[in-house]
Amino acid sequence: MGGMYKEQNFNFSENMDFETVIGLEVHLQLNTATKIFCGCRNVFGVEANTCVCPVCLGLPGSLPVLNRDVLFSGIKVGLALNCSINTFVKFDRKNYYYPDLPKGYQISQYDFPIAKAGFLPVMTGGQEKRIGITRAHLEEDAGKLIHDDAINATLVDYNRTGTPLVEIVSEPDMRSADEAYDYLTTLKLALQYLNVSDCDMEKGSLRCDANVSIRSRGETKLGTKTELKNMNSFSAVKRAIDFEVARQTRLVIAGESIVQQTLLWNEEKGITIPMRSKEQAHDYRYFPEPDLVPFTLTEAEIDKVRCGLPELPYARLHRLIEKLGVSEYDGTIIVQDKTFADFFESALALGVDVKKLCNWMNGPLMKELNDRKCRLGDLKLTPGMLVELINKVEDGTVSNLAGKEILAEVVATGRKIEDIIKEKGLTQVSDEALIGKIVDEIILKNPQVVEQVRSGKANAAGFLVGQAMKQMQGKANPKIINEFIQRRITNV
Amino acid sequence: MDLFNLTANQLLTMISSGQISAADVLSSVRVRQQAVGQKTNAFIRTYDETGNGAAFPVPIGIKDNICVKGREVTCASKILKGFRPPYDAAVVEKIKASGGIVLGSLNMDEFAFGSSTESSSYGIVRNPWDLGCVPGGSSGGSAAAVAAGEAVWAIGSDTGGSIRQPASFCGVVGLKPTYGRVSRYGLIAFGSSLDQIGPITKDTTDCARLLGILAGFDHRDSTSVDLPVPDYTKSLDRHVRGLRVGIPKEYFIDGIQPSVLAAVQAAIDFYKKEGALICEISLPHTEYAVATYYIVATAEASSNLARFDGVEYGLRAVPSRPRKAGIVDMYEETRAKGFGNEAKRRIMLGTYVLSAGYYDAYYLRAQKARTLIKNDLDKAFLDCDVILSPTAPTTAFRIGEKTNDPLSMYLSDIFTIPANLAGIPAISLPCGFDEKNLPIGLQLMAAPFAEERLLAAAFAYEQAHGWHVQRAKL
Amino acid sequence: MITKETVNYIASLSRLHIDEAENAGFVRNLEDILQYVAKLNKLDVAGVLPTSHVLKMENVFRDDKVSPSLTQQEALSFAIESHAGHYKVPKVIE
Repeated sequence: MGGMYKEQNFNFSENMDFETVIGLEVHLQLNTATKIFCGCRNVFGVEANTCVCPVCLGLPGSLPVLNRDVLFSGIKVGLALNCSINTFVKFDRKNYYYPDLPKGYQISQYDFPIAKAGFLPVMTGGQEKRIGITRAHLEEDAGKLIHDDAINATLVDYNRTGTPLVEIVSEPDMRSADEAYDYLTTLKLALQYLNVSDCDMEKGSLRCDANVSIRSRGETKLGTKTELKNMNSFSAVKRAIDFEVARQTRLVIAGESIVQQTLLWNEEKGITIPMRSKEQAHDYRYFPEPDLVPFTLTEAEIDKVRCGLPELPYARLHRLIEKLGVSEYDGTIIVQDKTFADFFESALALGVDVKKLCNWMNGPLMKELNDRKCRLGDLKLTPGMLVELINKVEDGTVSNLAGKEILAEVVATGRKIEDIIKEKGLTQVSDEALIGKIVDEIILKNPQVVEQVRSGKANAAGFLVGQAMKQMQGKANPKIINEFIQRRITNV
Repeated sequence: MDLFNLTANQLLTMISSGQISAADVLSSVRVRQQAVGQKTNAFIRTYDETGNGAAFPVPIGIKDNICVKGREVTCASKILKGFRPPYDAAVVEKIKASGGIVLGSLNMDEFAFGSSTESSSYGIVRNPWDLGCVPGGSSGGSAAAVAAGEAVWAIGSDTGGSIRQPASFCGVVGLKPTYGRVSRYGLIAFGSSLDQIGPITKDTTDCARLLGILAGFDHRDSTSVDLPVPDYTKSLDRHVRGLRVGIPKEYFIDGIQPSVLAAVQAAIDFYKKEGALICEISLPHTEYAVATYYIVATAEASSNLARFDGVEYGLRAVPSRPRKAGIVDMYEETRAKGFGNEAKRRIMLGTYVLSAGYYDAYYLRAQKARTLIKNDLDKAFLDCDVILSPTAPTTAFRIGEKTNDPLSMYLSDIFTIPANLAGIPAISLPCGFDEKNLPIGLQLMAAPFAEERLLAAAFAYEQAHGWHVQRAKL
Repeated sequence: MITKETVNYIASLSRLHIDEAENAGFVRNLEDILQYVAKLNKLDVAGVLPTSHVLKMENVFRDDKVSPSLTQQEALSFAIESHAGHYKVPKVIE
């Protein structure tokens, strides 16, 4: 929404200390089963022009009918961003020509959007900052253009046309690319918790444009902004903003003025390039969509949605710390993924030490997920299985090392822990006679190390434990080995 | 017997009594169409469907802005040439389900922009009563086809009088239903908040019957109203005793053709004589209706017609020498070549009134004026049941008479426009002939969803006069 | 007052190519109509709410249920030009 951001040209003072001002527009594709105004499936990555009908193709005579779930997803997003929800909502036509827009107008919301005037608390630079949310409104997505040089033409796929979108417009409250980045990750996390979208930038289900301007520090008016588009990741948003701020700063220092324009981020070259095709001044001729009637919501309906909202990451972190005794460090990692945090809480409820669980989840389990580039939901591991495993390590049935091996196996196959232990022979050996025999051998083979242990070098005993473990293929209980070593050495 | 001259109601009675077959009707109408089609130019294209032996096989003509699956639909514009929609309009589904046989697509003003059917890219339509006169518009083809017997009945669309004014000019019955009564799904939009599809028939009985087929809730049209559809034919035996007939003083202005005025006055006298209560009413904002309409309708049209851009379907043209970026050149050339003058005028006006800096002065103000016009009518219906007026200030005018004066053409819709602005039902029925033997139309308006009242009042007048049995000599 | 530049701007917004002669015609035509509709300025519309829908209808929804789409063949059956399952248009330069 260009018009929401009022800017003006002003004289930069002699003071060359600049402040960056950033506002972000996030487009979020909703994960409803069908499109916003027709019953075509809302899917990604299917064959071109196979999820289309007269309505989303904009064929003459077709008419839109609003998908109820889209409106309610919009309310959820608004509430999660602490917005007030409008009890009177209507749709408007935004008129412009582009081949990806089959009707020559986009059905959007102009003066009565679903949500307005909210904020998002963001941890940035070590402290919490509230980023204002101007508004969130519902609209339809456009189709996809493929520029085909081989046939010197543009190809159009209308599958994406009519995909429901929420556009979230922030206030120009961010003062650096890092703040913008932190806002985006916090926003994405909150949206993931709502389960209204994939939030997958690679698939385009979450897209971000940035409005960037600079001004002399202390100035309260906004400078002339440029709009940055075509960033395909949060880090690209950050790089594009940094590039643009540097460009604007150079211009101002050189005494040149900044031209309000749309710039496209070129990821390969790491630069922004002015967009040529939409050079015309925006005159969208918004007017109320006559084909859709208005929507009214009661406070009771809005409250019902509010009550049904999941706990959001911000609140959850505080609860984990205050109620469940999780450290801030562990909690911050755990809440980064809703499924992960849900898993954590389910496991904790089954009876396991909270710190041990944190260590296992943020350590070995996280490593498994990263190595496999997958999410917890993709695995066959249940909270019960993880708790069983942790408790088996704790009671000495298996070693810590074997525990990690079992975890990897469970993650890969989903097999029963008991079966894996049996099959791989991972039961920790606590047979004292056997351990005694092996420890004796190790002591005989390493007289120098034994001396070091005697002279009080703690690390040296660890070496002997390691040797014994190696001998026993990791199956021995290291505690027992250590006890034996200490006993033997001090006795000898 | 000339079956093509009979009404659907008469034909159905004869079919059910075994006197004739549905095929006899179809062949009579087709022969007639072939005989007089070149004179009227009412049809843009005809089909040779034979029906499927259904119980209600009445041959119908469809205005060329209503989608029939797999059949070309063009709104009489070059820009849609060759477009065959992959779906049926809701009304076409209903017609097909009732057994109706679609005869073909009827001529119209391009995109329904006009009151004379002279702006069609398929040639002008001529009035069956006088081939030198226009049939009215924009549903001129529909009215002319019914008047000439080229279709037993037809459907048109009415945005500012496009069913009623041609019905008036051609001496047939035309009804614009309450906004929301008939689904707009599959009607190629002109002014989305004003458009309604409705019947054009030889008499009110057929009108009631066809309305019953067309009306009803449709979940694909968000502005479709979920109210039961009565059997409209049952409303036709009502008397008019006690009916409160409102006569809006603002409608009886200078410039109404004297013979039209006389015929309408005679109609008032008839209702009075039959025991109706005649009351003078005031619709004080009437003089603003045409201005309001031309802002609202063109604004919506400018947006509705944006989809005709040469990307997906219809016409595509590129200039011989490039002027702007490739795709913009394609858009501008396609639309310049594809739209006729009146369409361009309306697109320009509609774009202007919505453009930055003018929205409040024009569009928003017109929407507020619309409220005032609607309030006038709402208030009037507290005091009367129907509002009576001429359908148009004149009878059919000569071909070419108003083509160079768009504003005077727009003003010929002055009595029909308020019903669209207020979304109320209105009917036009024959009420006599002028000195040149051209039909005169009587308009009745009623409160929302009071179509039965309209039909009853119209039927009472029609049965007492018999204008409806007169046929144009072609 | 409608100027040549206004007409060019509106034509460009409307994606209509017009030549000089047409421009002059539109200047006249728009002036005539706007002069006529200026009568609305006489109306006192203070406190009057705009009507964008004549019926007082609200909250018309559909359920989030899948209904059949067209096949690709049907969807491209009316295409002016198509290529490899897509609609084909002159190159859009970014």
